[in-house]
Amino acid sequence: MKGSSKNGVLLLLIPAVVFIFLLFVYPFCYGLYTSLTKADGTFTFANYIRFFTTPREIRTIWVTLGIAVPVTLLAVGLAVPLSYYMRRGIKGEKIISFFLIVPVTLGTVLVSEGMLTFMGPNGWLNQLLMALHLVQKPVQFTHNYAGVAISVGLQGFPYAFLMLLGYVSGINPDLEKASQMLGANKWQTFWKILFPLMVPGIAISFCLNFVMAFSVYPSAVLLGQPSGPQRVIALAAYQMAFEKFNFNAASAISMIMAAIELVVIAVVLAWRNKMYKGASIVGKG
Amino acid sequence: MKDFKRISVRRMSKRFGEKTAVDDFSIEFGKEEFVTFLGPSGCGKSTALNCITGLIPITSGEIFIDDECIDDSKTSVPPEKREFGMVFQNYALFPHLTVKENIAFGLKLRKLPRSEVDKRVGDALKMVHLEGYASKFPSQMSGGEQQRVAIARCIVLEPRLLLLDEPLSNLDAKLRVELRYELKALHERLKVTTIYVTHDQTEALALSDRIVVLKLGKIQQIGSPQVIFSDPANPFVADFVGYKNAWKGKIESLKEEGSSLSVKVRTAGILIESRVSYSEGDPRRKDLVEAFKTGKSVTTAIRPEDIVSGSQPGCNVFRCVADLVEYQGHANQISACIQGCEDERVDLRSVSQVGFGQFFEASVDPSKVLLFALPQTAQANSKGKAT
Repeated sequence: MKGSSKNGVLLLLIPAVVFIFLLFVYPFCYGLYTSLTKADGTFTFANYIRFFTTPREIRTIWVTLGIAVPVTLLAVGLAVPLSYYMRRGIKGEKIISFFLIVPVTLGTVLVSEGMLTFMGPNGWLNQLLMALHLVQKPVQFTHNYAGVAISVGLQGFPYAFLMLLGYVSGINPDLEKASQMLGANKWQTFWKILFPLMVPGIAISFCLNFVMAFSVYPSAVLLGQPSGPQRVIALAAYQMAFEKFNFNAASAISMIMAAIELVVIAVVLAWRNKMYKGASIVGKG
Repeated sequence: MKDFKRISVRRMSKRFGEKTAVDDFSIEFGKEEFVTFLGPSGCGKSTALNCITGLIPITSGEIFIDDECIDDSKTSVPPEKREFGMVFQNYALFPHLTVKENIAFGLKLRKLPRSEVDKRVGDALKMVHLEGYASKFPSQMSGGEQQRVAIARCIVLEPRLLLLDEPLSNLDAKLRVELRYELKALHERLKVTTIYVTHDQTEALALSDRIVVLKLGKIQQIGSPQVIFSDPANPFVADFVGYKNAWKGKIESLKEEGSSLSVKVRTAGILIESRVSYSEGDPRRKDLVEAFKTGKSVTTAIRPEDIVSGSQPGCNVFRCVADLVEYQGHANQISACIQGCEDERVDLRSVSQVGFGQFFEASVDPSKVLLFALPQTAQANSKGKAT
């Protein structure tokens, strides 16, 4: 009786397992296989060798990291103090959350298109800056690094913020009181108690944000110079697949992308384990 | 630790919008005293405690340590500078720090040399019987052990005032008693001035030098455990410390005999005799005389333990029918209906067996029947005191 009910529960896992297998395990293995073969199906490392011997391709890694790392750091860096400030709820919290979630729900393309006109040379932003005499002539916000970075940041920040807000507001408020009663001021309480307890949340939101930013594509095409300085790695893979019709080489590029992401995630999780060696609970007492 | 003689709280109030959580709260704590704030949930006892720590800013009033004003509702010394220690109901240990790091937290903030920190942490661990636990994390310990760490974390700093906010409420019954003994022993040994918040009268009676009974943010009575237990100031305190039998009635006759009053009350369908020793000048006596003259309602307060089954000479005797009998080991807890008055219930203890639905006689000595004049309404009562 007990055994059969246990088996029954395990059966509930089947849809999830099938789903993961069809949508992740199989495509991943197929991609790995494709990247290690020629078009005729013979084994080769040539796809990888070609990528790492072509300066124009290698450069895409640094271009993409150059966008993803600073933008993610900035997004998470801003989300930490803001979520700390809003941890007990503030007036207008719903409105703030609403405006943060809107860019996520509208999708990258629409937001990027909007930014193209809003931040363009004759857009409202430049008109405002000139009207306030902050600048003499229009500032270039589009078709360059700034445009891509702003767009990627705008997409990533809400995720980081909402995730961290959940983390901070889940920390037992008595821990702050206890720290204060033991003689710590607000600043010491933040650095010695709240921040270490936020580390797992910071690590996870950094990882998710980084992965999203590293696979940047629409923002780079619409708001950057996709043929030059903002030729990101996702674009390189796309061009390989659909302009040169070399799916094997394109697979190799996406495998390299995945590898870089995994390396960064491994570094972040190592940092987390170093910072947060303690309990697995978040201060619920 | 900076030495001091007394901590005085003067007319402290805390309002949250329209709601008054702590109302005109005044008390003095002598050094080394153990004072308990006792009351039901929502009576403002925890808020009062948090106001004294400075964690909740007060709306009006003053707090002094000897002549040093630490809070006058406008300027206040922040909690971290008051040198108070606080223990929380949910322990509030830092989950990412080991036991040793938790206890050393306050010492490190004070920039003490490492050898001194290690020594004092070791001493504190010994004091709460947790040697060998130094490198454990809070999540690896039981609730009782965690609360001991929390206590050690406070006393290691030798606070001027130790505040405990329902520290035993999250523990199971057996541990609660164990840790209560330890708290008592610790206080005997360290003599640290302590404020203890609880809703449990047993804890309050067992631990305190003085008890403060609170209701809706107002102090109802301050007194030693003996006074609170045997001489409650009003029906609320009486009910809270276990005088379960509160029957409303009217006074039929009242005789003043020196320091005591002899009263006959028509209540619960019967005539009950009461002999209360309220000395002259006692407001309770004045109110009863007043209630007799104006014909206002009064209420009895009788402990279940003071009512015995069977008829005793010279006692109030009433017939009742048992409708709830609970066996509690040393006695039976009986809830019964008084015959001739179905509305009023009597709670009593009986060592003899009484069956469900059985008629029996119960009696109570007149000197065990406390009487209080009832306030017109609870509201009129609180208004009268505030002005």
